[in-house]
Amino acid sequence: MQVERLNEEIKVGIADWKVDRDPKQIITLGLGSCVGIALYDPYTRIGGLAHIMLPDSSQFQNKTNRAKYADLAIPDMLQEILARGARKSGITAKIAGGAQMFNFGDRNVTTLNIGQRNVEMTKKVLNELKIPIIGEHTGENYGRTMIFTLKDGGVVIRTIGKPLINI
Amino acid sequence: MNSWNHITGFQLEVLREIGNIGAGNAASSLATLLNKKVEMAVPKAGVMDFKEIFSLVGNEEEIVACINFNVSGKAPGKILFLLDESSTYQLVDMLLGRGIGTTKELDEIGQSTVKEIGNILTGSFITAFSEFTRLDFIGSVPAFAFDMLGAVLSAAFLEGGYFDERVLIIETTFYEEEVSINGHFFFVPATGSMETIFEALGLNV
Repeated sequence: MQVERLNEEIKVGIADWKVDRDPKQIITLGLGSCVGIALYDPYTRIGGLAHIMLPDSSQFQNKTNRAKYADLAIPDMLQEILARGARKSGITAKIAGGAQMFNFGDRNVTTLNIGQRNVEMTKKVLNELKIPIIGEHTGENYGRTMIFTLKDGGVVIRTIGKPLINI
Repeated sequence: MNSWNHITGFQLEVLREIGNIGAGNAASSLATLLNKKVEMAVPKAGVMDFKEIFSLVGNEEEIVACINFNVSGKAPGKILFLLDESSTYQLVDMLLGRGIGTTKELDEIGQSTVKEIGNILTGSFITAFSEFTRLDFIGSVPAFAFDMLGAVLSAAFLEGGYFDERVLIIETTFYEEEVSINGHFFFVPATGSMETIFEALGLNV
């Protein structure tokens, strides 16, 4: 399988999100323990892609970058998608990432399970917003790139040394 | 997290010196192992955000090998040793006595070779650093990843409990010209560790 590369490609960096519409393609590179969340309205073909780093902003004082936290980034991005004219009832989600990249194999080194917690919080927030998750590729121990095509809402996952996956 | 927004030029100078001493010792270990001359770039130190840290090494999707150490002691922190994909393969070839260009993917032997090299070089880094500051640093058993740069570096920080998107780092690059090996060392002090290090050096913070 090959991903059709569109010229209209928008890149989302870590702790950021972007919203656009067909014919654009939004991509985010190298998700590790971070989670990528693609929201899509098939009727208006408007969508957004977020790349969150941490699950829960309530544990931090510094919230200057709201896009960093799952609990803030997802509602903020949804609001922007709706402001551009999308219909809430049609919006679905596809999520990827949340890996555990390192294994110390040492009981003295605490593992924070940050990837897993990012996935759990993402699901909780989407559930509260009543957005169904229709595609998921999370966990494990490898990095992922997400390529989100706003023409049809397709999300392709690129990894190292494995074939492309459509979710 | 730490408030290194007002880091002074002098403090940065000291951090670069730490990078110089640590990576210098690691570079000479590598030179001995390879029996080749290993050069070092001028270290960079400062408070950087993730995007800046990525760009010191390359594109987020580029494959890198990363050896990840937790350092405990009075001034805890993290040491990351990164090698780009071709450097990783060439190092394996050189250390296993294969012809350069033989290794094209990282098998189990390759992986343990890279881990071992990371262990040795980071050990040299820590030793020099300990001697300079007269503080004891204890390196953990290393964790290893061979994957996309963005995934590896961000996870090294986040899984290690470094949640700020701005991190105080010291970065040193060394290279071997003949076969072009590029390695990056990152020393990432935990909150409060820089104060301890400056104090140990007899510097007023």
